[in-house]
Amino acid sequence: MSTPASPQPRIIVEHVSKWFNKRSARSMKDAFIALLRRQSIRSRQFQALNDVSFTIGEGESVAVMGLNGSGKSTTLKLVSGVLEPDEGRVFTRGRVAGLIEVGAGFHPDLTGRENVFLNAAILGMSEKETKARFDEIVAFSEIGDFIDQEVKHYSSGMFMRLAFSVAIHVELDVLLVDEVLSVGDAPFRAKCNAKLKELAEKGVTMMVVSHSKGQIKQLCTRGIVIRKGVVVFDGPIVEALEVLEAP
Amino acid sequence: MTQIDYSAFDIPGRGRGILDVVRYRYLLGVLISKSTSLRYRNSVLGWFWSYVRPTIQFFVYYAIVGGVLGLHKQVEAFPLYLFSGIVVVNLFNEAFGAATRSIVGNKALVRKIYLPRELFPISAIVGAFIHFLPQLAVLLVVAVFLFGWVPSFASIGMVLAALLLVLLFISGIGLFFSAVNVRFRDASNIVDIVRTVATWSSPILYTWIMVRDATVGAPWVFHLYMSNPVTVAVEMFHQAFWEPAVAERFRHGWPPEMAWYGGAALVIIAFSLVVGQLVFRRCERTFAQDL
Repeated sequence: MSTPASPQPRIIVEHVSKWFNKRSARSMKDAFIALLRRQSIRSRQFQALNDVSFTIGEGESVAVMGLNGSGKSTTLKLVSGVLEPDEGRVFTRGRVAGLIEVGAGFHPDLTGRENVFLNAAILGMSEKETKARFDEIVAFSEIGDFIDQEVKHYSSGMFMRLAFSVAIHVELDVLLVDEVLSVGDAPFRAKCNAKLKELAEKGVTMMVVSHSKGQIKQLCTRGIVIRKGVVVFDGPIVEALEVLEAP
Repeated sequence: MTQIDYSAFDIPGRGRGILDVVRYRYLLGVLISKSTSLRYRNSVLGWFWSYVRPTIQFFVYYAIVGGVLGLHKQVEAFPLYLFSGIVVVNLFNEAFGAATRSIVGNKALVRKIYLPRELFPISAIVGAFIHFLPQLAVLLVVAVFLFGWVPSFASIGMVLAALLLVLLFISGIGLFFSAVNVRFRDASNIVDIVRTVATWSSPILYTWIMVRDATVGAPWVFHLYMSNPVTVAVEMFHQAFWEPAVAERFRHGWPPEMAWYGGAALVIIAFSLVVGQLVFRRCERTFAQDL
């Protein structure tokens, strides 16, 4: 093998296609009937992604854009490992963590403190790392003394702030951001954007799904536009935004 | 871009199966402590319930099977015989049910964040085991103080081996049914039936001698009956707790050919683990979209 000329990429997506069931068989009876009728599998499915390929290099910040239902969240889920491609391959290098629907691991009956430890562990942090960053996490979330209260008594803003704060303090190489920055009030959003920028400058690779043009422009240098599961543009962010807005 | 060294890359969403549980033991610990601390939150009596349910169950069987059906007259120290068997089946039922529900119950997480999914059934099983410990403690107290049971290396070793058998068996079938339950919710109904049958398919409310006498015409039925891993574990519990506490002439001893039954149980357990893991791996790929 020759030595690589440039640093290895962080994310490789190779000819990935993904289908979803239009109507999933919930019971054995349904599955059996479908088998009897010899319906082809593909006829009961729609294609969410069609031969998607791209590579994201180390330290790059890339926005994945498209209208609702275009397949951008699916792409992110494939990279995070929640979904598996039906065709093609996905590779990642280093520690990947996602701000995909932050707060998914939160339990309303646990206190803020317990939830921080639970979610940090879910996102791949060790006990030592969590303890070392605990104060930072609480400070960033501006939760204060509420940290020892059960999360179900939090306002939705407080909840999202704590969830986001945990996710953003995870030690990682690749960060996947999905529509999370619509949370909180304006000052907190600004703080989050600043934090994301700081991470990007530190060399964290980012893949962002967002509808907020302002945020994307600030954070990303490259844009990938997906339309109906097909990559229609991959290049500088300004041009990508133009492609997105073109009818 | 032609010189990519793929060996440095991971394929997202591909774990190492059940071995990942070792690598993620901290997360496993956090998940277990979450579910145990949540179990009785907002309940006044809390952990007390862990003692109440088996106690009531015990008294019902004690009165009906022991008194009305007359097992008291046929089995010496029947309460101890009953109790030492029933805890094993309670462990099996509790852990099996919890493992089956584990993936569907953690829907929110499975759909949004990748972590080795084996963690969910395994943490459910360990959680059920933790809730079994109070029952084991009660059994020990009853055996020691009411029946003069004296622990020995052999009996304690037998208890540990029996627990290991049950837990490994549940891990296999738990992986299988938790995965199948995602696609087909029918699985939970099948599991309910298995759990109902489990109480009666091991010698808890009767003895293995009765089964042998009832199946003289078809000895293979008895062989099959005795090869059930849960039955083997129940008999080991009887040997550990009940036999040392009763006089020589009342003991049942091991069934003949017990070594074969033990071996068959081990084969069944190994088979369930391999099939469970394979099916789990196969289904795992579509968990996020099937939930």
